[in-house]
Amino acid sequence: MVFNSVIKKEGERMPEIEVKGKKLALDEDGFLQDWEEWDEEVAQALAEDDRFTGAKVELSDAHWEVVRFLREFYIEKGVAPPIRQLIKEMKKRFGPDKGNQEYLYELFPQGPAKDACRIAGLPKPTGCV
Amino acid sequence: MSEEVPPPESLTFERKHKSWRQMLEPVTEKDFKHGYYHFWALKKHIEPLDIPFAREIDPMQRDWELPPNWKEIFLQNFEDTLRKNRAFKVFMDICVRCGACADKCHYYLGTGDPKNMPVARAEIIRSIYRRYFTKAGRIFGELAGARDLTEDVIKEMYYYFYQCSLCRRCSNFCPYGIDTADIVWWGRRLLNSIGVTHRFSHISIEASARTGNHLGLYPLGIAEALESVAEDVYDVTGVVVDVPVNKKGAEILFVAPSADYFATPHWFACMSYLMLFHEIGLDYTWSTYASEGGNFGTFQAYELAQKLNHKVYEEAKHLGVKWIIGGECGHMWRDKHQFMDTMSGPADFLEDPVSPITGTYFENAADTKMVHICEFVADLIRHNKIKLDKSRNDHWKVTFHDSCNPSRGVGLLEEPRFVIKSCCNYFYEMPEHTIRDKTYCCGSGGGLLTEEIMELRMRGGMPRAMAAKFVHEKYGVNMMANICAIDKAAFPALMEYWKLPVEICGIDELLGNALIMKGEKERETDLRGTPYRRED
Repeated sequence: MVFNSVIKKEGERMPEIEVKGKKLALDEDGFLQDWEEWDEEVAQALAEDDRFTGAKVELSDAHWEVVRFLREFYIEKGVAPPIRQLIKEMKKRFGPDKGNQEYLYELFPQGPAKDACRIAGLPKPTGCV
Repeated sequence: MSEEVPPPESLTFERKHKSWRQMLEPVTEKDFKHGYYHFWALKKHIEPLDIPFAREIDPMQRDWELPPNWKEIFLQNFEDTLRKNRAFKVFMDICVRCGACADKCHYYLGTGDPKNMPVARAEIIRSIYRRYFTKAGRIFGELAGARDLTEDVIKEMYYYFYQCSLCRRCSNFCPYGIDTADIVWWGRRLLNSIGVTHRFSHISIEASARTGNHLGLYPLGIAEALESVAEDVYDVTGVVVDVPVNKKGAEILFVAPSADYFATPHWFACMSYLMLFHEIGLDYTWSTYASEGGNFGTFQAYELAQKLNHKVYEEAKHLGVKWIIGGECGHMWRDKHQFMDTMSGPADFLEDPVSPITGTYFENAADTKMVHICEFVADLIRHNKIKLDKSRNDHWKVTFHDSCNPSRGVGLLEEPRFVIKSCCNYFYEMPEHTIRDKTYCCGSGGGLLTEEIMELRMRGGMPRAMAAKFVHEKYGVNMMANICAIDKAAFPALMEYWKLPVEICGIDELLGNALIMKGEKERETDLRGTPYRRED
């Protein structure tokens, strides 16, 4: 089991990320606190931030397809898509080669929920999930 | 014996607290352990809920930035709680510290921390009660088990009140019936009053108050997710099922936890709801406003619980339905079955529930007008209204985990077992002291389903995991059914951690597998896509 939460020392505030000279607040798992602060440069910075998952993600066009889709979905529906729906939608849009779990995990080794949502600037879904 | 065992008189064991007086010394941030303490609430979640003194701190920092008059506020609220809630007052007075509850708590068994004994957990606040509200405590202080209210005590409350999943197993064994969950519930509310609160529950409470469900899903998202579930039903069965959403004038409103149309393995139970309601031709509707059965307010404070509880009746009135069916959700049933009538009732604008298929009158739900899906299904099976093919579940050797709230809180013990036995050929019970009203918690209920306390969750789930291991080794059990969305989210991680090849499902998934539908194609897989074993 991997525990991803960054362990802070006493007195340390929430982690931040600096983009274009502006400091943006993250949570303990490296997710952007305010989804509206996101733009593509922020995404780039989040992808290069390896403090939380231990590995950088090199954003290619294939990554951007997923990230943009997540972003659209979130703005329309209020939440990141469930993994089953994500796979189905990817299949519809980009064909069966890209609409499967293996493909998504290849792009985002920490999993679409952890890595892709983080880079897309979306909060983690909570509740009984 | 290869190793020499020391003689009995030299056997010792280390006690964490050398005397009862040491139990009164509060555990503070110096002793907080990672994996046990919760992240602090964020302003954006608690400010809209009117929780005062919102501030963002790290529980590991020394100064918790309490408001200047925090002690006054806390004690004033404590007094109010004692005055308004007779049960809470009795629980403060009545405990004789017999210790019958001590080893009944899964967190104590899993962590070995003496302060996780239910009696000790309650003592944290009881010692404050004695000091400020009893004569003996005021005069004799520590000798009477009383202690001053200090910032350190607040820290201890925060640490241990959020290491309890409100499962109420301990109260089952208490000779006085002291409900530790109730004490912790009011305790958390008192902490809220001075802005000391955790993050996890409030994310969901805020989202639920704003959008109707924990996830924050908007109406379009809900409708599309349900359509997506229906697509999956078509893929497996070849039957096109309707998804009625916000249908005015429907006979029945169906309320399920939002995880059912979002997460896995909840999803498969949701497929089954759609299949069942289609097959029996039920006139029902989903709602995008009452789109959540769960109520995380019941983990926090009465006011928050009431806020979320209310919307189910509001929506029932708005849609003009006759009564309500509720899906596979755990604490929803404590909330709806036991609190709804007093929090939001009386629901005299609804009719007493009568099954339109069998004509059964659900007398037990005459007050709340809300029937559990298991009761509804068991009634259908009892009257032979649905056709089932048990052999379609032959690849599963099933055991049943009684979810805490439906079993201990509502007494739903026989119906789920009747449904499983009607749908499966292979059903095995876990050991007697771990099921029914003595069931062990999954370790993640009561607002503890959050990642930063993963170690506590895995330890707290240990007794349940060991019971599952027992039936797995003895009978080859490979599927644990339950009727709670938190269970379904918590168990896959727990089973992985304790290295048990046991999958998790809702009871309704087993029903969906077995259900023979009119016009269905020959099924090649079960609902979760496991191919059927062929005879050859």
